[in-house]
Amino acid sequence: MMSKIVRTQANFLYPFILIFGFYVVAHGHITPGGGFQGGAVIATGVALVAVAYGYDTIKKWIKKTHLTAAEGIGLLCFIITAFIGLSTSFFYNFLANSGLIFGNRVPYGINPGYLNTAGTLPIMNLAVGIEVLGGLSVIIMYMMAYGREVKQ
Amino acid sequence: MRNVLMSIVFLILLAFMLYVAINPGDFGSSTGEHFVFGAPKFTDMDNYFIHNGQNQTAANNIVTSIVFDYRGFDTLGEASVLFTAVLGVGVVLRLLGGGRNDE
Amino acid sequence: MIFNLPFITVIIVMFFGFYAMVFRRNLIKVVIGLDLVESAVNLFLVSLGYVKGGVAPIYTSAPSTHMVLPTPQALTLTSIVIGVATTAMLLSFCMVIYKHYGTLDTRKVRRLEE
Repeated sequence: MMSKIVRTQANFLYPFILIFGFYVVAHGHITPGGGFQGGAVIATGVALVAVAYGYDTIKKWIKKTHLTAAEGIGLLCFIITAFIGLSTSFFYNFLANSGLIFGNRVPYGINPGYLNTAGTLPIMNLAVGIEVLGGLSVIIMYMMAYGREVKQ
Repeated sequence: MRNVLMSIVFLILLAFMLYVAINPGDFGSSTGEHFVFGAPKFTDMDNYFIHNGQNQTAANNIVTSIVFDYRGFDTLGEASVLFTAVLGVGVVLRLLGGGRNDE
Repeated sequence: MIFNLPFITVIIVMFFGFYAMVFRRNLIKVVIGLDLVESAVNLFLVSLGYVKGGVAPIYTSAPSTHMVLPTPQALTLTSIVIGVATTAMLLSFCMVIYKHYGTLDTRKVRRLEE
């Protein structure tokens, strides 16, 4: 556990890092970014809290089982979304321009960007974001647990 | 002695690679045209993506539409690689390393 | 010649990576060298797709429709994620080696007896 200054800074920054990460994930189809980048940003927030508080405190708050489950669920959602479009082809974008959820037609050319477009891409962004968030965070947790054991 | 030999090999390698970087020749061209940085020759596929990607996938971000739609198999393999790496880290640090993870 | 400045940067960064991988004894520095080579390859891929005066291939409030090639950028994204996965794997091996031998020096790790 580090000093009180570092812990206060981590407390202050943690929600903003999480909000920025989810913003990058959710706007992956209209601004630079996407699932991988947003998931990595959220994992840096977890790493910040883990470094500030130490492994012994953090292990009561964040369970490794939950992070592993998030990783599996993300990959499963990605594959299921890919399989739903199988009537035409694998990875078929069946929601684009259909009028359903995320199915609005986007005006051709330069536009200000509309969130309710792009078909299956936002769903896949979210699935991959959840997967990367779980994967990188659980790598950090494993390494911290093992490093503490090596030190003893 | 070994270090001196390796240094000579490395200097030759560096000289060769710098020569190719400064003068690429007809790199990537089948008709012998000179490669110019900033003006790639074969751009048919990329032009198709730029002009039709917005109509076909309804996404403004062309890179996202390539990653998740046109080349979805690449992304599936990439996600599998990440999953396998996390699995491997868990196996190495918990079983092979002899570590006992409580909980 | 000066127009190929990104390629020259690629070669120099890649050379530093090779140097660290071959001449350094510390395993962490070997992994850092591998990451340098990987970053050089990513920079090479992105600079291959550069079009003079082009903007990023995103239509949201774009300044113009003259865009750089999007496919090398998508493949670079794949390459970056795979690099993260391999780096995590290598660093966990380094931690196991440190716990087993008590050092990260390759000359001391190499001995096979006992």
